[in-house]
Amino acid sequence: MDNVEKFNLFMQFGLPLAILVFAYFIGNMIERKHFRNLRKREEAVQGYPVVSFEKLPQDWTVGSAGLVTGSVVVSLDYFKRVIAGLRGLIGGRIKTYEPLLDRARREALLRLVESAKRDGFDAVVNVRLETSRLANSRRDGKGTAGVEMLAFGTGIVLKKRW
Amino acid sequence: MILSNTESVPGREIVEFYGVVTGNTVRAKHVGRDIMAGLKNIVGGELSGYTELLADSREEATQRMIRQAESMGANAVVNVRYATSSISQGAAELFAYGTAVQVR
Repeated sequence: MDNVEKFNLFMQFGLPLAILVFAYFIGNMIERKHFRNLRKREEAVQGYPVVSFEKLPQDWTVGSAGLVTGSVVVSLDYFKRVIAGLRGLIGGRIKTYEPLLDRARREALLRLVESAKRDGFDAVVNVRLETSRLANSRRDGKGTAGVEMLAFGTGIVLKKRW
Repeated sequence: MILSNTESVPGREIVEFYGVVTGNTVRAKHVGRDIMAGLKNIVGGELSGYTELLADSREEATQRMIRQAESMGANAVVNVRYATSSISQGAAELFAYGTAVQVR
């Protein structure tokens, strides 16, 4: 085998494999870091009233209201996408996608709460979560495949705090 | 202009309805951002270029909806909903709609 053949072999199998391994480690690291970050920020906003219904307690006197939103676009790493693709052949639960959606949802909700707090709202009611898939950049379905998560609700400023 | 996604504005009373108002915008991805996102896509995680792009577009759709409500003489939009649809390769429509009302 001469050098050209070796190079071609590397480009065909070695490089994708190297990217796969690289994506696995870095992707896992990013995911763990994100979950740690989420737990920390969730602790900080604990006790802040965020509900998914619109009825208010009777003893609340509302001063003003306004829309608050939080959104995030996240994507899966290459390794997990390959695993999910393989899993898609035989069907069943795709475990690699579950943490992605969990992360996206928690992040969007946290951003909603953080922006509501920043804008001086005391509570957020009627929170809705929406998921949308971004269009693939390539026709064959590969390329960028992110998930956008949007959380929105009505922020409320109370006239008098209980 | 008061916006809310509840059926009425908390703490206020609706005195007049003007009907549904909408606002939309269609955005395409930017090549530079797309390349960055493509690289980021290998390791996964947040694609902040896209997060920003979508948040900006949604803001614009909302502003258009607000302008329409203002032209009707409304001072609030209730029951605001957002929708996203990818209409072609690399382009997405961001859509905001709600009911224009007069509140007191």
